[in-house]
Amino acid sequence: MNSRTHFRLMVLYVLVGAMLLVLMGRLWSMQVLEGAHYRQVAADNRTRDIVVPAVRGLILDANGKPLVRNRTALVVSVDRTALSRQKDRGATVLTRLAGALGTTRDALEKKIRLCGPGIKRPCWPGSPYQPIPVDDRVDPKRALQIMERQEEFPGVTAQVQAVREYPEPDGASAAQALGYLQPITQGELDKRKGLKVTGYSGVDLIGRDGLEATYDADLRGEPGFRKVLVDSQGRVTGTATEQAPVPGGSLVTSLDAGVQGAAENALEKAVREARKRGDKADAGAAVVMDVQTGRLLALASYPTYDPGIWTGGISQDEYDALLGKKKGEPLISRATQGQFAPASTFKISSVAAAVRDGYDLNGTYSCPGSFNVGSRAFRNFEGQAHGSMNLHRALVVSCDTIFYKFAYEQWLRDGGTTPKKNPKDPMVQMARDWGFGARTGVDLPSETEGRIPDRKWKRDYWNATRKSDCKAAQEGFPDVAKSDPSRAAYLKSIAKENCTEGFNWRAGDAANLSIGQGDMLVTPLQLTRAYATLANGGRLVVPRLAQAVVRPDGSVARRIDSPPAPRLPVEDKVLRYIRSGLAGVTKQGTAAAVFNGFDFKKVDVAGKTGTAEVYGKGDTSWFASFAPVKKPRFAVVAMVSQGGTGATTAAPIVREIYEAMYGMNGHKAALKDGKPAEGLPRLRYDGTGANP
Amino acid sequence: MIGNIGAVEGYGDRTLWRRRAAGLRRLDWTLVLAVAALAVIGAVLVRSATFQLLTEQGKDPNGFLKRHILNLVIGVVLGVVVAVLDYRLLRAYAPILYGVSCAGLVAVLTPLGETINGSHSWIVIGGGFQVQPSEFAKVGLVVLLAMILGEPRDGEVGPGRRDVLLALVLAGVPAALIMLQPDLGTTLVFTAVVLGMLAVSGARKRWLFGLVGGGVAAAFAAIALGLLKPYQLARFTAFLDPSADPRGAGYNAQQARIAIGSGGVSGKGLFQGEQTGGHFVPEQQTDFIFTVAGEELGFVGGAVIVLLLGLVLWRGLRIATQAADLFGTLVASGVVCWLAFQTFENVGMTLGIMPITGLPLPFVSYGGSATFANFIALGLLQAVHLRRRPFD
Repeated sequence: MNSRTHFRLMVLYVLVGAMLLVLMGRLWSMQVLEGAHYRQVAADNRTRDIVVPAVRGLILDANGKPLVRNRTALVVSVDRTALSRQKDRGATVLTRLAGALGTTRDALEKKIRLCGPGIKRPCWPGSPYQPIPVDDRVDPKRALQIMERQEEFPGVTAQVQAVREYPEPDGASAAQALGYLQPITQGELDKRKGLKVTGYSGVDLIGRDGLEATYDADLRGEPGFRKVLVDSQGRVTGTATEQAPVPGGSLVTSLDAGVQGAAENALEKAVREARKRGDKADAGAAVVMDVQTGRLLALASYPTYDPGIWTGGISQDEYDALLGKKKGEPLISRATQGQFAPASTFKISSVAAAVRDGYDLNGTYSCPGSFNVGSRAFRNFEGQAHGSMNLHRALVVSCDTIFYKFAYEQWLRDGGTTPKKNPKDPMVQMARDWGFGARTGVDLPSETEGRIPDRKWKRDYWNATRKSDCKAAQEGFPDVAKSDPSRAAYLKSIAKENCTEGFNWRAGDAANLSIGQGDMLVTPLQLTRAYATLANGGRLVVPRLAQAVVRPDGSVARRIDSPPAPRLPVEDKVLRYIRSGLAGVTKQGTAAAVFNGFDFKKVDVAGKTGTAEVYGKGDTSWFASFAPVKKPRFAVVAMVSQGGTGATTAAPIVREIYEAMYGMNGHKAALKDGKPAEGLPRLRYDGTGANP
Repeated sequence: MIGNIGAVEGYGDRTLWRRRAAGLRRLDWTLVLAVAALAVIGAVLVRSATFQLLTEQGKDPNGFLKRHILNLVIGVVLGVVVAVLDYRLLRAYAPILYGVSCAGLVAVLTPLGETINGSHSWIVIGGGFQVQPSEFAKVGLVVLLAMILGEPRDGEVGPGRRDVLLALVLAGVPAALIMLQPDLGTTLVFTAVVLGMLAVSGARKRWLFGLVGGGVAAAFAAIALGLLKPYQLARFTAFLDPSADPRGAGYNAQQARIAIGSGGVSGKGLFQGEQTGGHFVPEQQTDFIFTVAGEELGFVGGAVIVLLLGLVLWRGLRIATQAADLFGTLVASGVVCWLAFQTFENVGMTLGIMPITGLPLPFVSYGGSATFANFIALGLLQAVHLRRRPFD
């Protein structure tokens, strides 16, 4: 062997040695120095977190009847990740599944696509790693087929799950009050620290409206999670750790299914009859409140919908129908979100305001057919003149002109067109004291405030509309002028007035407010609370739906009480006087005809009709009441938008609700001894149901 | 008489036995034991990598193991035959061996060839058997280059220009054929073998540096001219940052690192690997067999395999140094270059320091042709060793 070959063989020795050193060094660094890091990565690689949703609590009425409960459903779900790994991206499996479920592949594909901008419903708003439910009303035989022939349905699971169900006891749906559930969004997920831990909480549903939203934290429970082992194909090979979910508490409400059902029924019947009479009757509400506690026994809104459509994915058509004007926007609770002029029902506030301003409670006042406020004549309803009368009779026959006079005189005392620095505005002040123009604080989301049109509001409104008014005052209304020159001229003069002095609190504004007309708006719930305050002697109770959260084992997790009620600054004798006036309404006054034949001996009902004129629309029909007169317990208010006069449409609703509550005129008594249910209902141990 | 006859016959038997026993004693037993240890470890790892998937598929969980043992037996027989042959005779057979392997490589490119895992490297011979001619071409290349570069020379320390050029051309033909499959890994093995054997044969340094320089220039030219398809380039560079494309080109590299890294010092226990059991690493019984060892046997197991391979290479180099002639030296060093490069590339790619190519781990990976070729290589080493210079 020559020396060059020998030398180069030695070089080869060195190279091989160096190679071994490199490999050993690298092996050492990866396995020993970075071993912990790689073990963590490997663990992440091999496990997936699956959320095990907690069973959501029930929503019960005051007697323990479930308004919302859970139905065990066989839910067929599709795993997007598993489908996407298949050769044809799951097309065969989906076609087969569509055949088994009696639907089309296209429909299934729509249900499992991920929601995003420009994606129509149905779509999946949750996490793409979670199995997506495509059908929760599967026939058990079909579900069994899918479960038993797993090899034909890779990526499809059929499982027993709990879904929301609405049994509507005694016909009580209370859809808007109960609210609904929707999959949680990423934004909401980020806010919930407890849920983020599991990583894949997209399947969680969250209360979107009503009690489901307000008491979401009580109802939802705590989701459990399961760490499962998976292989490289994502197939589950075992369970690593498991944390069982904690079921949610049940919500006991003060709603009484019997009363709620009667209210919904009466409301719907009244709407039907009003339409027969030719009124549009496009919306309505009925509220029943315990005047002593502020607890609500019924909260009905028309139009309504079947809350069951939220379960198992909603179609675009159904979704549009819920939000659209066409079906009357049934998601909106008219009781807490509808705002309407209260008309004469507001006079309880006006009487109190006048007396506080110095008018004699027992004085005699004249009620002419019309009263001149400035240059404009303000008329009584249908221009009727009633002669002289006391305030009691003014309430009974619903005289407007007496209140116009009060308002006009007060307005003059405040300085008229050149107002004093600190005007008293007694009517506005009293309305505010009575809780109008502010939220009642009911335990429901999105309550509206209503509106008291005071001086500040006038100025703000003028600032907002001045530009267009002044433009119209300059240019007139050429379009209207073509067909109706006189109307165009009238509109132009109004525009001119609004433009130059629209910020002024005018005599007409004060007069309109005194009878609850003009720009005054209240929600039916606000009006109910006002009448409850009148009835209970001046306590502004805060409305409440929920009474308590009860754990699945029947123990009480927490009681939900009304916050302390502020005091209405009105003398007791004034309230007593007003109450006696309203007691006459149902016997000799505007509601006497409606309450003809009503058994006042069993329960003495006092109330007030209201008929609010709405510009360009039909009248809003109101009836606000309380009972029994001697020892008031309930306030009941009904409202039908574009429903005609208060006596024709709203008053019969209230009458029927009382009849159902007390068991009159063929109704089975919804209340025991005319009282709300006492205490909390006893619940069955497993929490899945309750004693009726 | 009877005894005599018996004695006569016995004598004949005994001389044969003695000669054989003497031959056996002259074998490099360290090398044999190292390879035997690697083969046993390999068989166990092959089972570990495959039994779970086979069970899930409802097949015999030891199916791969049984075939692997059969491959090993055939390999041992081939190795023994080669070792017993006088390796100098190979000089005569070298052109035939070379011609046959080139013909095989051409056949692969015809419709006879079969594509497995993206490489068109196999010829299916029926009955579930395939042959991978490029493995045997490695043997052919080593023997042919040894023949050309190992010609007895008068006074010259290295091969002449004519010999070097001839060697390059003859090595270039199968390399080009393999490049067409495409099989980058085997081409790189060829390059390492050619370089190593040229160096040991005493070729001038300028040839060696010229070759390296030319290779680098060619690689840059191929990238610059866009001869490599983007996916090839991506696969080649994925090892630098496997997390850049963890589902695509970087997947193997990523999963291999996780498997080995999570093994720690002592591993998760044989047949207990979760990465392995979950089939996260593709091609685990062949090209990625080292990840099974890394995960289940940990640093201890991985180091043992690397050291055993190091032992094989050391014995190979020792045999090259002690060979009776230049031909023997070149055969042995050619085999060492081949096995060394393949070891470094295979283990290196699972450790993320080399790009991913399809090369099996010598004596450990599953695969018939590779096993046969490796044992033939072992036979070559032993053949050279049996006829080593007596004074060493």
